[in-house]
Amino acid sequence: MNSISIRDLSLNFGEATVLDQLNLDVAEGEFLVLLGASGCGKSTLLNCIAGLLDLSEGQIIINGKNVTWAEPKDRGIGMVFQSYALYPQMTVRGNLTFGLKNAKVPRDDIEHRVNRAAQMLQIEPLLNRKPGQLSGGQRQRVAIGRALVRDVDVFLFDEPLSNLDAKLRAELRVELKRLHQKLRNTMIYVTHDQVEAMTLADRIAIMRDGVIQQLADPFTIYNQPVNKYVASFIGSPAMNFLDGAYGVDGQPSFTSDTLDIALGRYTFKTRAEDNRPIYLGIRPEHVWVGDAAQEQPFRSDISVEVVEPMGSDTLVWTSLGNQPFHFRMDGQATVNVGDRLPIGFDPVQASLFDKTSEIRL
Amino acid sequence: MTVEPYEITQTKPSKSFAIEPSGAKPLRRFNPTRIMLYSVLLVAAVYYLLPLYVMMMTSLKGLPEIRLGNIFAPPVEITFAPWAKAWDTACTGLYCEGLKVGFWNSVKITIPSVVMSITIASVNGYALSNWKFKGSEVFFTILIFGSFIPYQVMLYPLVIVTRELGIFGSLQGVIFIHTIFGMPILTLLFRNYFAALPEELFKAARVDGAGFWGIFLKVLVPMSAPIFVVAVILQVTGIWNDFLFGVIFSGVKNFPMTVQLNNIVNTTQGVKEYNVNMAATLLTGAVPLAVYFFSGRFFVRGVAAGAVKG
Repeated sequence: MNSISIRDLSLNFGEATVLDQLNLDVAEGEFLVLLGASGCGKSTLLNCIAGLLDLSEGQIIINGKNVTWAEPKDRGIGMVFQSYALYPQMTVRGNLTFGLKNAKVPRDDIEHRVNRAAQMLQIEPLLNRKPGQLSGGQRQRVAIGRALVRDVDVFLFDEPLSNLDAKLRAELRVELKRLHQKLRNTMIYVTHDQVEAMTLADRIAIMRDGVIQQLADPFTIYNQPVNKYVASFIGSPAMNFLDGAYGVDGQPSFTSDTLDIALGRYTFKTRAEDNRPIYLGIRPEHVWVGDAAQEQPFRSDISVEVVEPMGSDTLVWTSLGNQPFHFRMDGQATVNVGDRLPIGFDPVQASLFDKTSEIRL
Repeated sequence: MTVEPYEITQTKPSKSFAIEPSGAKPLRRFNPTRIMLYSVLLVAAVYYLLPLYVMMMTSLKGLPEIRLGNIFAPPVEITFAPWAKAWDTACTGLYCEGLKVGFWNSVKITIPSVVMSITIASVNGYALSNWKFKGSEVFFTILIFGSFIPYQVMLYPLVIVTRELGIFGSLQGVIFIHTIFGMPILTLLFRNYFAALPEELFKAARVDGAGFWGIFLKVLVPMSAPIFVVAVILQVTGIWNDFLFGVIFSGVKNFPMTVQLNNIVNTTQGVKEYNVNMAATLLTGAVPLAVYFFSGRFFVRGVAAGAVKG
């Protein structure tokens, strides 16, 4: 059963169309991440689901109930915001109980829920403090707790970790995943951070200009991006794109002025005609160096231009067939500028995109 | 040859190896420029405070001493009789009951006006910033435009309006007028303050099931103390100092302190009692003065808070 169904949702602000005819189904207990650059409409979509924005057209169904025009409190959702949005004049306990008191929940039930949430999030010692006396991480825990005590089936997160520093962000990310594994609630999570998206999501919806580009599990998105935008958005460092043309000269191949890459076992979604301009995308981590390169179907020699050591691995910038190219090496490898290295990759791991439509071939 | 390290740290490095700092050393505290600056400031301060000093001194003198004509001299014999007379027995037109009547009239006008105007304007500002409706911007623009129209233009129409409502020449009448005239500036003040509060807080409260009044009273008002202080100061001083609306709309019985002060000072019969006039003036100015004195700090803070974020 679907926990959330969005049907033909459109939203206009005056002349501007922010969301256009959007459809989305989220399964019960699923962790769905809405991923995209800022201004792509992901937060807007979340606000529509929460009922904080009125849609222009379409329907929203949560748990079998059509809540298109329902008040936020009646939708069975809890929401966590980027800026925590805690009520500064209330204690942590006051923040947690505010919604429950509004809903006229019996007092001992409130007590029970608050204690359970506080225990789960390890904020019991903070219950009588004010938000101003808490650190960023603690504040966000309280904000999660405020959603938790509502005892709802659907959690909405609007970039909840963006205001935290890198270390805390990683900590809370794991904690959120643990929480989801324990509670098995439906969660919709908005972020622009691809690491959060890849690590947390059951499925990722990548959005651009109010349109969902691809909706799939993280592996599919990583391995088979449907278009060049998705391919370049996911992965750090970003995917290499080589500019060339498709050729069927005996066997399918990618050709440019100086390159001729046999595509071998690449699985085409759509057949392309001869000489069609295409991009060949290959991820930096799918490039092999040295002896390992010898076993790859495509091999070449490159000369190192820039080296970026990062400890765990080393990033090497170079050019391949006169086009900029970068790849990832073991962090312990010693490479110097000017070195000539044999590299290779398997076109099976590559992605081909039509140059005009930028859609995967 | 031994050199004690202690001595090395104590002596200045010689010029031969020290790199000179660029730019001049900051000036000493008292140099000719500074002295000049402070002298000018001092003269200006004295110039502005002189009238207050004269008033203070005159109000503490007896009439014979005033007749000597030396207005800057401090009183030889300090007397509080003029203050007592101004408060209790000075004649304001027909009645000779002093300023106290006007004082209590002003209190009766100011408190309800301040409370009502701030209550309504804060709700206005809240609605205009958080519950935008179709045409809310137009409504707001009209409201702001209202604050640019000179009062005098509206006096006669308002006289008619209050007459038709049956509150012309009464306390309710003048309170009604003050509440209306406080609206534009106060609404602007509150709207900007509420608009500067994080929008997510408002959203969170909606998800938590708080309604229009719930969000306003339980979430926003408790975090808006600075702006309420600003509004109170603005209104108390404005309404207390008002003369025009008081003289027109309140009726003879309810004349505020400012109007009665005018009547005392402008009484043409008998000897001009300068000491009583001065005391009466100081008494009338005491309330706004006290308000500024005790809340100036909050005022600056509140205005700054609204200015930076709004």
